[in-house]
Amino acid sequence: MRDAAIMPLHLQDVSLHLDGRAVLDRITLDLGPVGCTMVMGPNGAGKSQLFRILHGLREPDAGRIDWNGSATKDARWRQAMVFQKPVLLRRSVAANVDFVLHARRSDRTRVSALLDLVGLADKAGQPARQLSGGEQQCLALARALATDPEVLFLDEPTASLSPASVRAIETIVRGALDRGTRVIFITHDAGQARRLADDVVFLHQGRVAAHGPADTFFSNPPAGVVRKYLAGDILN
Amino acid sequence: MQSLSDSFLLAISLVFSGDQNLWEIVALSLQVSLSATVLACIVGLPVGALVAMARFRGRGVLLTLMNALMGLPPVVVGLLVYLHLSRSGPMGFLGLLYTPTAMIIAQTILIAPIIAALSRQVLQDLNAEYADQFHSFSLTRGQAGRALLWDGRFALMTVALAGFGRAIAEVGAVMIVGGNIDHLTRVMTTAIALETSKGDLALALALGIILLFLAMSVNAAVQALQQSAGRWAHG
Repeated sequence: MRDAAIMPLHLQDVSLHLDGRAVLDRITLDLGPVGCTMVMGPNGAGKSQLFRILHGLREPDAGRIDWNGSATKDARWRQAMVFQKPVLLRRSVAANVDFVLHARRSDRTRVSALLDLVGLADKAGQPARQLSGGEQQCLALARALATDPEVLFLDEPTASLSPASVRAIETIVRGALDRGTRVIFITHDAGQARRLADDVVFLHQGRVAAHGPADTFFSNPPAGVVRKYLAGDILN
Repeated sequence: MQSLSDSFLLAISLVFSGDQNLWEIVALSLQVSLSATVLACIVGLPVGALVAMARFRGRGVLLTLMNALMGLPPVVVGLLVYLHLSRSGPMGFLGLLYTPTAMIIAQTILIAPIIAALSRQVLQDLNAEYADQFHSFSLTRGQAGRALLWDGRFALMTVALAGFGRAIAEVGAVMIVGGNIDHLTRVMTTAIALETSKGDLALALALGIILLFLAMSVNAAVQALQQSAGRWAHG
């Protein structure tokens, strides 16, 4: 029998300092058990560092993270993360997915199905690093989905990609959401956030400047930095 | 004493005459050095991978030691192996002294640190690229190490080549533990040393030519393999 779900997630006063600067400053946040949370904010707001902490790649300096009663190190096994710059193994497309299935002692016959899911079935034998940027990100998504994650972290997976690639990735993400995967997604693209988000967390200077349902966030954005950001102003 | 040009011509004719004595020496040299390279890779590559991934107190000292061991003097290694394998030594009962096995042991000890230290550098760079992703996949250290070794395989070929180059060219260790016995432990380097001291420059030069040819051939083969296969894998 599978353990209880790792969501909802509660963060209490989570802080991180790098080079004497507060990258995350007493973040307190509650994320519900389902849907897609978009994390937005200007560069340097602490979005990626927050993901690294939530995914167990870094320890916070202070604060408490509660994955429905589990610690991050126990919850990490049930999460997956796709990085802004995909790190693909120096192997074929299929071997990249097979590597993860083998490492997780999962059913290795799923390689074809997973590649089919992300539209790479016809490129299974190609070297992974020769794929286009969008295809590489799709492969990274296939590998992440191969772990059957309860929570999928996506750190700007569509940055610098063509509109067609963005559409392809959003389709894959929607599919994962439909299958019940909890998605937490960093983006700078307000349009993308409107298309996918159930709720939006806005970080600014290491703090949560706003958190609420997506429709409210976009139709009636909080005054101050959020409104300036959505209007296209450059924030410090 | 033959002139250099006479010796060179004689050497060329020896190479192409199929001289049994010459080719026996070449075959034993390859057998000893290739075996030592394989054994040193079996030992050195996992050590390199482990040190590349691990962070622990005293790691800097270990890295300094590993780098220093790359410069192990062959005669010192030969002497240490001799002391262990000689009849009065702790492993004298094995009766390995003055056998090709003793030469393989000596060369393995000589080049394993080279393989370990160079592979550590290669794999550390690769690990810096992969570490977060491996952590994200919740890989065990063994899984991550094996993946690093496999993905670094083309760069590691150069590492193995460096080890083989050191092994095939060294003379001190194999001379001490092998004894340069004709038809038993005589390899190219010890034969070159012996024939040069006897004044038989033709055989020494012939062996020298083959040694150079072998070194260049192995180098070229590995480089060609690296370029074609590496291009495929790295994209």
